[in-house]
Amino acid sequence: MISFENVSKTYPGQERPALSEMSLEVERGEFVFVIGSSGSGKSTFMRLILREERPTTGRVIVAGKDLSKLSNWKLPHHRRLIGTVFQDFRLLPNKTVHQNVSFALEVIGKPKSHINKVVPEVLDLVGLDGKEDRLPSELSGGEQQRVAVARAFVNRPMILIADEPTGNLDPETSVGIMKLLDRINRTGTTVVMVTHDQAIVNQMRKRVLELDQGNLVRDQARGVYGYVR
Amino acid sequence: MRIQYVLQEIGHGLRRNLTMVIAVIVSTAVALTMLGAGLLMWQQTKAMEGYWYGKVQVAVYMCNQNDVGNSANCTSAVTAAESDAIKAKLEITPYVAPGGVIYESQQEAYQHYEEEYGKTALGQNATPSFLESDYRVKLTDPSKYQIVEGAVGGMPGVSSVVDEQQLLSPLFTFIHIAEYTAVGVAGVMLVLAFLLIFNTVRLSAFSRRRETGIMRLVGASNFYIQMPFLLEGAVAGLFGGVLASGVLIGIKAFFIDGIVAPHLTSIQFIGWGPFVFIVPVLLGAGILMAVVASAFTLRKYLRV
Repeated sequence: MISFENVSKTYPGQERPALSEMSLEVERGEFVFVIGSSGSGKSTFMRLILREERPTTGRVIVAGKDLSKLSNWKLPHHRRLIGTVFQDFRLLPNKTVHQNVSFALEVIGKPKSHINKVVPEVLDLVGLDGKEDRLPSELSGGEQQRVAVARAFVNRPMILIADEPTGNLDPETSVGIMKLLDRINRTGTTVVMVTHDQAIVNQMRKRVLELDQGNLVRDQARGVYGYVR
Repeated sequence: MRIQYVLQEIGHGLRRNLTMVIAVIVSTAVALTMLGAGLLMWQQTKAMEGYWYGKVQVAVYMCNQNDVGNSANCTSAVTAAESDAIKAKLEITPYVAPGGVIYESQQEAYQHYEEEYGKTALGQNATPSFLESDYRVKLTDPSKYQIVEGAVGGMPGVSSVVDEQQLLSPLFTFIHIAEYTAVGVAGVMLVLAFLLIFNTVRLSAFSRRRETGIMRLVGASNFYIQMPFLLEGAVAGLFGGVLASGVLIGIKAFFIDGIVAPHLTSIQFIGWGPFVFIVPVLLGAGILMAVVASAFTLRKYLRV
């Protein structure tokens, strides 16, 4: 599903590469944690998958497509394959829960009948039924993140990228979000989650990719957060 | 594309930056008014030039029955013999271009007169017999009008010799200066409008960065993301064009037709004809300019 072949990325004006010679393979339906300290290259890794950046050398292949050969005008179609969730939720504050989720479908031109059918389904899936008409400011942090997950998942992407989705949440709420991501993963969606949350990584026992200064230093199935720290 | 969504976005966008949008509309309107005024003045000079302007330099008017007693050389209306003598004399006069002596009968003079003055009070009272037959003379050196005057001015049957160029030149010079000034001001205002649109769209893109960021992430097409901004610009440009057209129509209806024309009966002012062409040009130019400026800004400030 995601394949990195000797990928290096050096940002202009910087000597040390943000990622160097990274090769890895993520299969369809996998759940992968990406861990590492700040500046280890996690963000670059994600940005390369979304093709917000292009690799300096090497190839990034997502869903069978070589992203360096992807033309700019096909980029929106590539991004429709990927759902994204952020630490800061990024909801539209003046739209209700329902509007926030349907926005993601409206702007890619889905018909209203389709939107009215799938949005309640996904809100039900994330456990927000009954809160469709609330504004984000009327929701708790955990609920807001559920809206964000619903928005990322409503178009049934093949890949879900979560950038520290529990970073702003208390441990108890985080568990709820993790259960939700796990459930989404079980529908066959590949989940890539960047995190600093040791407890969660240790608890979930999924594949762990650890980055350090741009190098992939650990790729461990059923890993834990850090055994050599 | 969902029309309701797009209209809503345009409405929000225009209201959000109301002061900037007003500035854009006003400067676009001024720019287009100047542009339109330039075009109208160009039409005006064309209307005033008449049939002969630019083709010949000197007119040798010959006597008609009304001139008898009013002009020294006119003892009767010009005879065929007199006319032939004048023609022969003109043809051997220095500086007259070869084949540059053209006869215009009273009937022809009437036709050309009607084309030029038909709608004024002068034109409506004219008849062919009221006009003089004449020779239009083309010179190899337009400044040598005096030579023609000296050669045929005193011949029997010649009513008057007129340097057409000299008659209209100062007026045309004035109009052309006004025309170029208007177009120049239009150019400066267009630059101003362009910069204002640039700034407005940049503000608009900035205030909507949250929405556009999400649209980008969920894979909305570039067209869909940029459309509201472009349409916002287009609507502002259209308003500018409408205002400019209104101002020009107002000037024509109240200032020219209402105040100036009744006092200057000898000049035929442009009618409404040119507006049929100028109003769509102004509306189109307003929209086009705004859309181009918006698109240019979006390329810079709305990363897709």
